[in-house]
Amino acid sequence: MALKLIRQALNRHRPPPRMWRVQPLKKRYDVVIIGGGAHGLACAHYLAKDHGVTDVAVLEKSYIGSGGSGRNTAIIRANYLTPEGVRFYHQSVKLYEDLTGELDFNVMFSQRGHLTLAHTDGDVRTMRRRAEVNRLQGVDSRLVWPEELVRLCPLLDLSQHPRYPILAALYHPPGGIIRHDAVVWGYAHQADLGGAHIHQQTEVTDIDAGNGSTVQGVQTTRGYVETGTVLNATAGWGSTLAAMVGLELPMETFPLQACVTEPLKPFLDPVIVSGSLHVYVSQSDRGELVMGASIDPYASYSQDSSLDFLEGIAGHVLELFPFLGKARILRQWAGLCEMPPDFSPLMGKTPVGGFLLDVGWGTYGFKASPICGKTMAALIASGETPDLIAPFRLSRFAELDLVGEKGAASVGH
Amino acid sequence: MLILSCPNCGERNVSEFRFGGENSPRPQSPMAASEAEWAEYLYLRANKMEGVQVEWWYHQAGCGLWFLAERDWVANEVVRTYTWEGVCVASASETEAHDS
Ligand SMILES: Cc1cc2nc3c(=O)[nH]c(=O)nc-3n(C[C@H](O)[C@H](O)[C@H](O)COP(=O)(O)OP(=O)(O)OC[C@H]3O[C@@H](n4cnc5c(N)ncnc54)[C@H](O)[C@@H]3O)c2cc1C
Ligand SMILES: [Zn+2]
Repeated sequence: MALKLIRQALNRHRPPPRMWRVQPLKKRYDVVIIGGGAHGLACAHYLAKDHGVTDVAVLEKSYIGSGGSGRNTAIIRANYLTPEGVRFYHQSVKLYEDLTGELDFNVMFSQRGHLTLAHTDGDVRTMRRRAEVNRLQGVDSRLVWPEELVRLCPLLDLSQHPRYPILAALYHPPGGIIRHDAVVWGYAHQADLGGAHIHQQTEVTDIDAGNGSTVQGVQTTRGYVETGTVLNATAGWGSTLAAMVGLELPMETFPLQACVTEPLKPFLDPVIVSGSLHVYVSQSDRGELVMGASIDPYASYSQDSSLDFLEGIAGHVLELFPFLGKARILRQWAGLCEMPPDFSPLMGKTPVGGFLLDVGWGTYGFKASPICGKTMAALIASGETPDLIAPFRLSRFAELDLVGEKGAASVGH
Repeated sequence: MLILSCPNCGERNVSEFRFGGENSPRPQSPMAASEAEWAEYLYLRANKMEGVQVEWWYHQAGCGLWFLAERDWVANEVVRTYTWEGVCVASASETEAHDS
């Protein structure tokens, strides 16, 4: 990295080559990935790197990272509730730990620790259960009490003054935050080097499933593309693509909002989440507080932000850090989250041949990007569903075999 | 803020209501319905972007009525609200997409 920086500084041919190229849209690809978010781009990268599958197109209706991948609050963690979930997200965190090297691009993964606060006896019980499940899966998580919380986060209001005083917390040292745009661009760069074509401003308007049984191609705003394999990696828009092959999915799309304050002096090391207060907050490298909440109260495809959200979050953050009363909000935004009833993703095969899913990422999917890319690439290359993602199959709903993660994913994303 | 018309109480702020999700018809004969039909009723949703969706609302901070609304999920415009018997007491409430 350092050597490269020096070489680049001495290089007279500036600016450096583009991160990914503009390619002509071919008439046919072996694999078409719909959605240029971190998931779709990661899959393109691992298809080339792990399996030598290079005849791949990533079709993105807007610009890459314009969906959830460019709007999330970048929290990475593995402290989920079910063994299936913990195992899966744990593999993703491990991939993130080596991602800067893998992508040859600094993704600024900062494992600063993650605290989920408990304000009631019920919360404490849930945290203890999560800590035990996590430990059984080899994930570093434990319950901490106020004596230790003071050291981990000295400015947190641990007094008895708030309406819901803090009793304990689930402490997850490997959790942290990352530079989400860098993850998107880094995967795009490597996917491009690996041979995939990244087509921005290319919207899929229909999917040709022949007589309804096997995918033949996709119709786009730039023409028809023949292919036998389509990966739906469109997150919030996932139901609209599934409808094109006649499938209904178990999910509803809701907006999720977030905001940042003006930059402040560094005072907050760990990521703080409070389910009871519907709020989470971290401090970015620039000093801004990045704050978020639960999804908006009703389903919608609108990406408008609201004053309701801002009022709610401001009140709740003040209960944790009363001294922030004068901090000003810099900006606010919303993204779309497709919520499955059990807060677990929908991954793998569908009844339509060649039509694969990587959706159902709700408010929590950015952290899964590397492992999703890797496992979906393995599925596409081999036709076999990897064990790690088998619990997330679409058919679990008909089999009434859900993977309930609500307790670990509804507020802390 | 979105304004909804409760068939009993009239126009109120959306914060008085709880969203109950897209309307999904119950199997016609529950005893004879297969597991797949139950799963479809319980979990599968159209989640459409185009057009108007039919959805449930509960007047939580009001009269306690569960009622139906037709709403555009992109523009957040409520076309009409009505009781489950199909009685449309209030229609075409104005809504406001807001920015801040
Ligand atoms: C405010 C907010 C905070 C969040 N915080 C976190 C967090 O802290 N941690 C975490 O792990 N997750 C978080 N998430 C969730 C996370 O952002 C998503 O789950 C994740 O980014 C999904 O990535 P993706 O690549 O699957 O989809 P996206 O990045 O949404 O990409 C899907 C792409 O598909 C494209 N598309 C849609 N329809 C079509 C079409 N017809 N043709 C072609 N392209 C199409 C879209 O333009 C979009 O770019 C948050 C989300 C939001 C909104
Ligand atoms: Zn009422």
